[in-house]
Formats: sequence, structure tokens, C-alpha cells
Amino acid sequence: MNRKMAQLLALAALFGIGLLGPWLAPSYISQFAQLWLFIVLALSWDIMGGQTGYNSFGNIIFFGIGMYVSAVAQVGLVWPVAEYTAAKGGGTEFVFNADQIHAGLALGIPLGGLVAMLAAIVLGALLLGMRGHYFAIATLGLAVATAELAAGWDYIGAGSGMVTPTLPGDMNGPVLFYYLSLGLAIVTILVFAWVYSTRFRLAINAIRDDEDKAEALGHHTTRNKMTAWAISALFTGMAGAIYGNLSGFIDPHDIAFNAEIGVWMILMAILGGKGTLWGPIIGAIVFFISKELFWTYLLGWQRVALGLLIVIIVVFFPEGIMGWVRERWPHLFAPPHLDDEEDDETPAGADEDKEAAHA
Amino acid sequence: MQNLQLLLQAPVFNIQLLLDGMFIGAVFALAALGMALVWGVMNIINVSQGEFVMLGGFIALMVAEAGFSPLLGIPLAALVLFALGWGLYKGVIWRIVEADMFTSLLATFGISIMLQQLMNEVFGADVRTAESGLGVWFLFDGMVTVTQIKVLAFILSFVIGLALWLFLKNARLGQAIRATAQNARAARILGIDTDKVYAATYAINAALCGAAGALVVMAWSIHPYMGLPYTLRSFMIVIVAGLGNLAAVISAGLGLGMAEQFAGFILGAEFQLAFVFLLLVAVLVGRQIALARKRQYLK
Repeated sequence: MNRKMAQLLALAALFGIGLLGPWLAPSYISQFAQLWLFIVLALSWDIMGGQTGYNSFGNIIFFGIGMYVSAVAQVGLVWPVAEYTAAKGGGTEFVFNADQIHAGLALGIPLGGLVAMLAAIVLGALLLGMRGHYFAIATLGLAVATAELAAGWDYIGAGSGMVTPTLPGDMNGPVLFYYLSLGLAIVTILVFAWVYSTRFRLAINAIRDDEDKAEALGHHTTRNKMTAWAISALFTGMAGAIYGNLSGFIDPHDIAFNAEIGVWMILMAILGGKGTLWGPIIGAIVFFISKELFWTYLLGWQRVALGLLIVIIVVFFPEGIMGWVRERWPHLFAPPHLDDEEDDETPAGADEDKEAAHA
Repeated sequence: MQNLQLLLQAPVFNIQLLLDGMFIGAVFALAALGMALVWGVMNIINVSQGEFVMLGGFIALMVAEAGFSPLLGIPLAALVLFALGWGLYKGVIWRIVEADMFTSLLATFGISIMLQQLMNEVFGADVRTAESGLGVWFLFDGMVTVTQIKVLAFILSFVIGLALWLFLKNARLGQAIRATAQNARAARILGIDTDKVYAATYAINAALCGAAGALVVMAWSIHPYMGLPYTLRSFMIVIVAGLGNLAAVISAGLGLGMAEQFAGFILGAEFQLAFVFLLLVAVLVGRQIALARKRQYLK
């Protein structure tokens, strides 16, 4: 079967399941919404970690930034933010009507993504000169530092967190956020599929495979790395904005800048297969189900199980599910090389160059 | 910033902060020595470093609760952690020695999450401390208080560091460890059992952290989620000091301890950890900028 057709079919199936989700399992609608957001998180981690080879422990920063920026924008449209957070969002005076909620979300979600993207560009200028584990540890340190800073900032509620706007009684919150999450996930998958079909993927893969050589070949490696991280941050930020509304409460340590969720992103991508489009999606689904099972049946020990899972995945299955599938059925799932794209995308001149090189 | 004025008006507070920073810094240095050892010999950044410290603390706490002097907990914690380190090596770490560093980062992160919640389940999430039974010295008319256990922790950290140095320099195994660090393949050809060397290195690291943890629980306090800051502190000290320089590790540790005490006092205790982590990022960015001028990279 044609590769592109198969991918479109898989996407359509995913979308179909997504649309029908609320009818199929109405009581799990919040979990399903989370799953879609986790897919976004895994995919956007992978463009840095899997495709560019820069393993960020700090993508959670963008998640938290998106969450807080969106919440502040949503509240700020209607009420003074400082008083709102001081009152812990409680009291009877801070009410929102449906229009205000819709306007807040329409402003907050893109704004959250954009501010996160801006943060990625600034941080990228500082950090992306580092290679390998230095980058990893620096981003980890930054993530924890951001959590501490957010927990000390009174404007956004400091350590006691911030409540996202409460929906009026006649609005169905879970369904609204479910479809927002689904929409974001589908958009993210499409955007990443497009990004990976361009030469940009080859450029960032070159950085992953050998950065010095890529630079010697004249690639703007730093610019490419920053672009990749900015794309990653944009979607992570928007996912954070929706996640904050979904949970209804933003805690700086446990939700917004939780370093553990930062590790989940990595784990999902590795579990499914780093550096592929479908790997992070599959990884997110498998991881999310096992996480929910751990949290349901192993409460109290769930992190022990999770730690064990991390060790097992990293040590025994570093190539992930997609890697295993590719090894098992190489003719069906071989990594997309240029052959796939050359048919329609290589400019006419390139073939002549190739022939000239052969001659 | 009021506290800054306080420091200028009453210089005696500076002495208090300096001393406190020095004492805790020595313990940081102890954990950092272990990290430098594992990093240099096995090319692994051990993220579960802080959890080893925490475990050492809980073992000393158990000794104290059983009615013995918690000072006994120091060698016991070192012993138990040595065994645990050996076990972890035989179970997991040996598989990732040859793998790229990101694998070892994640795998040890997994171990650290496991140990965190394990201890949380066993001992509860409270902040705990063990009473050492030692007294307090008051200096400068009682303006500066020095608990004797902190002084003991400081001295013991130095003694342990010195012992490690002598061990690496003179003992047969120590020489094998240094040989493996220089060139594992050559060491293997010359008949050194590098697998055993790696196991010993990892176990010694765990033992160092265990001893440090036993000191921490007596002089300060521990809880199950204290690990990550200790890990990142060790990492920062090692980056500043380099892998093979014992004196530099100790002075970087002391410096970090003091800087942290001052930052905590001036900015407020809630920003002390933020300061530590931002300092780590600042150190890395600073190193990176310095290297970039020579068109080199931090790698």
C-alpha cells in the first residue's frame, strides 16, 4: 500500500475515534482529553529530542508558561488579575459568562503558545550552544528553577497556585476542552507531518547525526535548532494552556512546572520510537494507558512502577515500538528516505546535478 | 533587600552565614566527589546521586530510632549504600556503561523516581532529622551559633575525601580505577577486570553519598523528595571543578554552600533553591559563552 495513503488512513481513523470519543466513553472524557494533549507533548518533544538530537528535560517550562499565560489572559480580560489570585479565584464576585470564557480561550491559548515560543527563542540563544548532556542538565535545572520562581511570584498566586476561570453552569466544560484538545492534537500531527516532509527535517536530522559536519556543510545549525525548539514550544505551550483549563487549577510544582511530566514527554517519545512521526503518537497512547493503570491499581506505588518502566524502556527498548516494528517488517516500515519525496518535491535542477556528479 | 542592610549593619551575621555555608558545602563536595568519580570513570551522570544521599540519611535515622547513636549510622549507611550501589550496577548500570550518555541520564532518573517514592512509602513524606546528642557552641556573645555536629560533618567530609584520594592513589583497586578512567580498553587488555572496576566505582560513589546523607540527617534534615537539588548541586560543582581535581571539588563545594546561604538569607528562603538552579544554568551558559569565542562547544 502506498505509504502516504496509509498515513492518511491512520490519521483519519485517529480523528474518527477522537470525534466519537465522548459518545463511546463519556465518563472518561477528561482522561481522553489528556491523552490528546499528551500526544501533542510527545510529538513536540520529539522534534527536538528525536529529530534534532537535543534531549530537553526542560520542555515542561513551555508547558507551564503556556498554562500561566493563558490563565492570566483569560482572567485579565475580565477581572484584575492580582485581586483574582489573591482571592484564590473564589468568592462570588469573580464570575465569567459564556462569551467571556470563549473570548478568553480564543485569546489565551494562542497567546500561551506564542509566549512559550518566545521563551524558547530566548532560552535557545542561551542554551543551544551546549551539546548533549550539558543541554539536558541545563534544561532540567532551568525547569526546576522556573517552578521555584513561579512558586514565589504573588501575582500568579505563588505557591498556592491559581484557579482557571470557572465556567458558568450552563456550559459543558469537559466536552469543550475535549474538542479543543482533539483539535490541537490533529493540527499538531498535520503540522509535524508537513514539517517532516520538508527539507527542514533533513537539516535537523543532519544536526542529530553529526553537528560538526552539518555546520561544515554550511547549515545554519543554531538557527535550525532554535526553529525546531520554537515549533516545539509553540505546541507545548498551547497544550499547557488547555491542560490548565482542563484541570481547573494550576499548581506551580505539581502541574505547571512538574519536572516529572517533563520526563513523561521523553518517555512517551522513546517508548514509541524517537525520530519518527508516528512513534510519539503510539508511545503517548501506550504510556498514557499504562500510567492510568498504575495510578488506578498501584496507588502509592505508581511512581515506583513508573521508575521501573523508565529503566526497562531505556535500557532494553531504546529504539521503541516503531524501531522494533521497523526491524521486524523492514519492507513495510522502513524510515522514509528521500526516495519518497523526490518524486514530487525535488526541484528539476537537482536531478541534473546528480547526473553530473555520476558522470 | 532589608536583609542585605542587616548584613551590612551587623557583620556578625556574615560570619554565621559563612560558617553555615562552609559546613553544608563540605557535604555537597562529598556527594560531588562521588559524581566526579562515576562520571570520570564510567562516563555516566548519575541522577540518582541525591537519592543515595537521602537513603543514607534514612539509614542513619533508623539507627537513631533503634536507640543507638546516629554517629554509628555513618559507617553503616556507607556500607549499606555500597551494597546497594553494587547491586544496582549488577542489575542495571552495567547495561548502560557503553550506551550514550542520554540513556544513562534517563535510566538513573528512573532509579531516582523509584527510590523517592519507595522512601515516601516506607518513611512517610515528613521532614525528618536525627538528634546527634552533641552540643552547641555560642560565639561572639551568642550572636553566632555553631552546632558541634556541623563541625563534625565538616571534618568528616574532609577525612573521607582524603581517604578517597589516598585510596585512588595507592590502593591496587584505586590504581585500577584510575587506569580504567584513562583508557578502559587498554586497561582491559592489560588484564584489569573493568566490569569489577565499574561496579566498585559505582558502589564507592553510593557509599560516599550514603555517608554524606548520614551527616545531613544529623546536622540538617531530610525528606524523600530532597534528592534532585543535591544531584544538580553535585553536577554544578563537578562542572566548575573538573573531573580529576579533588581540591577544586572541595573548594567549589564550599563556595557553593556559602553562596547559597547568602542568597537564601538575602532573597528569602523560598528563593534559595531557585538561586541554586539558576546558578547552575548561569555557570553552564558562562562556560558556553567562553568556549564559543574559541568556536568550541560545551560537550
